Amino acid sequence: MEVFSDVVCPFCGCLCDDLEITVENNKIIKTKNSCAISLSKFMHHEDNRLNYPTVDGRRTDLVEAINESAKILASAKRPLIYGLSSTECEAINRSIELAELIGGVIDSTASVCHGPTIITEQSIGLIKSTLGEIKNRADLIIFWGSNPTESHLRHLTRYSMFPTGLFTPEGRKNRFIVAVDVRKTKLSRIVDLFLEIEPNKDFELISALRAIVRGVKIEAEQVSGIPINILKELAERMKKARFGVVFYGLGLTQSEMGDMNVNAAVGLVSDLNHHTKFVILPMRGHFNVAGANTVSSWLSGYPFAIDYSRGYSRYNPGEFTAVDLLERKEADAALIIASDPVAHFPASAVEHLTKIPLITIDQKVNMTTLLSRIVIPAATVGIEADGTAYRMDGIPIRLKKIIEPSEGILPDSEILKMMIDKIRVLKGGY
Amino acid sequence: MADLIIKNGYVYDPLNGVDGEKYEIHISKGKIVDEVDRRDAKIIDASNMVVMPGGVDLHSHIAGSKINIGRAMRPEDHRKDVMPRTSLTRAGVGYSCPSTFFTGYRYAQMGYTTVFEPAMPPLSARHVHEELNDIPIIDKGAFTLMGNNYFVLKYVKSKDLNMLKGFMAWLLKATRGYAVKIVNPGGVENWKWGKNVGGLDDLVYNFEVTPREIITSLAKVNEELGLPHTIHLHCNNLGVPGNWETTIESIKSVESIKPSEGRTRVVHVVHCQFNALDGENWVKLKSGACKIAKYVNEHNHVTIDLGQVIFTDTTTMTGDGPWQFRLHNLTGNKWVNSDVEMEAGAGVVPYTFRKENPANAIQWAIGLELALMVHDPWKISMTTDHPNGGPFLYYPKVISWLMSRKARTDTMLELNRSCIKKTGLAGIYREYDFNEIAIITRAAPSMLLGLKNKGHLGVGADGDVSIFNVNPTDWKPSMYRDVENAFSRAAFTIKKGEIVTKNGEIAANPLGKTFWVDAKVSEKIESDVLEDLRSEFKRIYTVSLNNYPVQDAYLPLSESVEIQTGRCLS
Repeated sequence: MEVFSDVVCPFCGCLCDDLEITVENNKIIKTKNSCAISLSKFMHHEDNRLNYPTVDGRRTDLVEAINESAKILASAKRPLIYGLSSTECEAINRSIELAELIGGVIDSTASVCHGPTIITEQSIGLIKSTLGEIKNRADLIIFWGSNPTESHLRHLTRYSMFPTGLFTPEGRKNRFIVAVDVRKTKLSRIVDLFLEIEPNKDFELISALRAIVRGVKIEAEQVSGIPINILKELAERMKKARFGVVFYGLGLTQSEMGDMNVNAAVGLVSDLNHHTKFVILPMRGHFNVAGANTVSSWLSGYPFAIDYSRGYSRYNPGEFTAVDLLERKEADAALIIASDPVAHFPASAVEHLTKIPLITIDQKVNMTTLLSRIVIPAATVGIEADGTAYRMDGIPIRLKKIIEPSEGILPDSEILKMMIDKIRVLKGGY
Repeated sequence: MADLIIKNGYVYDPLNGVDGEKYEIHISKGKIVDEVDRRDAKIIDASNMVVMPGGVDLHSHIAGSKINIGRAMRPEDHRKDVMPRTSLTRAGVGYSCPSTFFTGYRYAQMGYTTVFEPAMPPLSARHVHEELNDIPIIDKGAFTLMGNNYFVLKYVKSKDLNMLKGFMAWLLKATRGYAVKIVNPGGVENWKWGKNVGGLDDLVYNFEVTPREIITSLAKVNEELGLPHTIHLHCNNLGVPGNWETTIESIKSVESIKPSEGRTRVVHVVHCQFNALDGENWVKLKSGACKIAKYVNEHNHVTIDLGQVIFTDTTTMTGDGPWQFRLHNLTGNKWVNSDVEMEAGAGVVPYTFRKENPANAIQWAIGLELALMVHDPWKISMTTDHPNGGPFLYYPKVISWLMSRKARTDTMLELNRSCIKKTGLAGIYREYDFNEIAIITRAAPSMLLGLKNKGHLGVGADGDVSIFNVNPTDWKPSMYRDVENAFSRAAFTIKKGEIVTKNGEIAANPLGKTFWVDAKVSEKIESDVLEDLRSEFKRIYTVSLNNYPVQDAYLPLSESVEIQTGRCLS
């Protein structure tokens, strides 16, 4: 029996790194400090696994699966590589190298979650800090369109609502917590102020707050279903906070006008910095979606939605984003890495995805593997393979390998390296 | 790899006192040697060319979270300069925030072989090293941010320099850092409450220490540890008119500190141009370069780099959060702020230096004035503080300005007249020669960093050589465009004995190494520090102490400089 301490959880963007995992005979038998999701991830990582590569549903060996994949990708005119956010950085790095080599389009799941955050960063910027700053200093915390009690279970205890820190010795008591959402949630019951707003009215509400902070008189009696006096109080509280933070989730980015919502929210926080310290942080979902954007930026200059068809990287969300490329029926082959677009993309995009040669590298059976021409099983990153992941706030942490994968099952990065080597041979050393 | 002989070139090797002599350089197994066997050697004919050691840049933001924020937030920056993939090289895009592969290629094309990233937040050190590993060809390293670190402030407050010493040694090793970087000491901690410090004796909230105490403590311990580089100081009040006084006061504050054995310097002031502003406000701005230069000329405990301004659209990025907020408010340009718990901060704001802008014209002149008014070129390193003053791609232009008064005059005629009225540049006739250029781009930065095998061509040095297609015997300052062209595309860049660029084209694509410092302290101090870290870490950090240090996996190719601390603290 072996106990691994300071294990990093490879599930959500919190990347909690204080887990204790007990392993016996190469099997995980116990976890400590895990949230419910993390517990399930570790204890059930063997369920539903892909055990061998398949080509057209037929069992095959890894070399043949790689060779077949290489042939498809090397001859495709407009190949798409998609996924990335649930694997480690070396694999992301290899994916971009592969996209370069085949002149393909590469995109990550950011394009269907926090893409609006990135676009806002490119238009007006972003005012952020690491999570420890919140733990140590924040006395006003606003969750907007985000419910960590369902999505990031230990966020509240480790980083935001409850922990004691350097300048927050009394933890929860030192903080005023606000939730903004379209319905009551588990979170809304434990906050100090809950604003239940009309769906798709975030932009109006943020703009009203921004106007009040800037000293503009508002004549409306209520905005987005919230009485104006409550907004005035909140604006005053924001200005007087010692250190404030807005955590926002897909409720803001994926409701109507997601780009404008985030833009307005960052604008509000920017204005508040003329009064006090205020930051704003996206609640990134997958454990390494931040890493996908990070690695992509240093290699290609762009965080997502990248086209290498001219030999160098070009960027255009809406054009080189996976859903758009598929809806236009442009892609003629696709490689999916650690993601399940068939389950999550709009039907029109999925329809095209099922019509082109589809290659998937994943640990488990999912909707996409079921429809793939070639399926290559991979080791579970953070359990059976090590590597780097970037937390939602951009902090890089080393994932640990705690057990050996089944024989013949390789990490994503090695599979991708084999594919690159094979394609280079097919392309005559190019 | 075949041995190399470089023959017939005019060699500039200032560390060995060689000033334009014609002699052969022999390289074997990656090192400069006395002589190789001619029959097996590859011979490069450098007739009518300049031969210098490979370029060394001691301050260029090439890797880590800041430059990467710049890349991600500025798609508009990247189409100005693109490199498609070839069978030898990876794809890349520029310009002020170039991608990693591109960075390595462009530096090598200009004859540079060693570059240091000057601002590594400890918590994201892994990120810096991941990027450094994707920068090909050049050797590199990174400086660890310490001036606003919680433990540093705590030990400075308790005046426990032994603990500070142990912590600095531990942090350098934990981050695989090469030197101690200080950015706006105290100001960045105050920025975490939305404030700043205004001078050396302002208080840091909650810690009751001053910037002066932080600087002097870190400098003192830096020298006690005998680290290869001095403290690398980004002064308080950067970018604030009238800040020349703060700069001189900062340098003065460490005047009495005893330097490490074998050197006189105890502080390196970075991108000095941004800290040499005179005048009460932006309207009354004038050059403070002569005041700084006078001080530097009279004292041997300080060295500076330029932070030269280039007239172009660039991206400013510093660990100085409050300054970046100020710049955002001055320009209205987009602004990313990024504070790092317990230790650092950063900000990124795009900026365009314009010829018609009076302040920009003065800033341009200040950088050159500093280089030309400081008599001893060994005190100067050439930088643009890439990309803050401008992209490193413009180094050849800076060289031409320094080597040719005509180049300066031709530029000045295009600028706002403030650069003539509010600075002394027009009255300076000094022109650098090739030897002095070799000093400020090679020998001096290498010496300041304590890199024994870089920046020179003596036997035993690394086989890093650059050859430029310009004939120093018939070159005249009026031919400044020739020198700019020559330095833009080295005829040859040789890295570790391998030809990596030829006529400006990439010829080989090896991975360089990463330098870091392994400073030893007594076991007692080491264990005391670890005990203190263990007692506090969990409460104040969000990453566990065991997961904090950079793992060996991030340094596939590295060279550690081991330091045994010679002196004890009194």
